[in-house]
Amino acid sequence: MHEYSIVEALISRVAEEARARGAAGVSRLYVKIGALSGVEPELLASAYETFRERTVCAGAELRIERVAERWACSGCGRTVERAGALLCPECGRPARLVEGDEIVLERIEMEVP
Amino acid sequence: MCLECGCGDTEIVRVDVHEKILAGNERAAAHNREHFAANGILALNLMGSPGSGKTALLEATAARIGGDFRLGAVSGDLATERDAERLRAAGIPARSITTGNACHLDAAMVHHALHDFSAHRLDIFAIENVGNLVCPAVYDLGQHANVVALSVTEGEDKPLKYPVMFLKADLVLLTKVDLLPHLKGVSVAGFADALSRVMPAPKMIAVSAYRGDGLDEWIGWLRERLALRAGKHSGAHAHTHAPGAPRS
Ligand SMILES: [Zn+2]
Ligand SMILES: [Zn+2]
Ligand SMILES: [Zn+2]
Repeated sequence: MHEYSIVEALISRVAEEARARGAAGVSRLYVKIGALSGVEPELLASAYETFRERTVCAGAELRIERVAERWACSGCGRTVERAGALLCPECGRPARLVEGDEIVLERIEMEVP
Repeated sequence: MCLECGCGDTEIVRVDVHEKILAGNERAAAHNREHFAANGILALNLMGSPGSGKTALLEATAARIGGDFRLGAVSGDLATERDAERLRAAGIPARSITTGNACHLDAAMVHHALHDFSAHRLDIFAIENVGNLVCPAVYDLGQHANVVALSVTEGEDKPLKYPVMFLKADLVLLTKVDLLPHLKGVSVAGFADALSRVMPAPKMIAVSAYRGDGLDEWIGWLRERLALRAGKHSGAHAHTHAPGAPRS
């Protein structure tokens, strides 16, 4: 389950930021997880619960925003639905994933004395 | 504020980061790409379920290419050296990367293994990932192409169940096609249809490492990719280990 290694990377990034700003604690994290990112939000949340103890994130709530997949034609830009073949119904060119593969740390809320 | 009991007011500060959580892995992957470029190597991330035939495919490839180009490999394995031993027996310089309980390879693991290959002048470096259709797709290793081995015995629904793996594939090798006559209701066309629903530019080659089907087409694909790289990277590149980048 790679969600553990993602939580590890997340917490060490947050720790770095908290140190740099002399934070007394971290209260909330906002992350974005795409539907086609390969990361399961539920698994990420439970991995986070396990890992955050005794870290800078011990008291920090994890807010996960899910991003739906969105495809568009690589040629004309028209929206393509993932139903049949991933081709533009208009010009026949392959679709491209515009949104939905993100594994992103958006924002940290920290307590600074 | 009161430092004694912490009763004083702290200020809540919002820090906008907007950064990929795996940014560290991506930096390591970019560094691997420098290695590959400096040595004119085509790197492939070979993924697929356990038992999908990744190792057999590399063995058959080595037998087929003879001395035409030089193939080297690393093999991600939870605990054993088995796959790497099979590859070496087939004449492929290979070593295993034991991942312990990690279900995927990451760029730092590959970087660590890379320097073992400095002695071998390679054309193609195959990174045989841990057998798994989920996790390996998430980690960039610095490869130039993703190749996914999917065996006919796994069923036509695999691409739709694991879209992330397949949408990132540059090539799907449909393996063990010699077994098709024994499988009811399973066809090459069925796999091709499933792939077209998750791969924007589906590319599939039906192969049998055992019988030899499709191997020439697969090697043709490798040659095309090699030619592309040669065109892009003529002349040597300097390769440096920047401070903070993974070293070895
Ligand atoms: Zn995993
Ligand atoms: Zn179009
Ligand atoms: Zn290096």
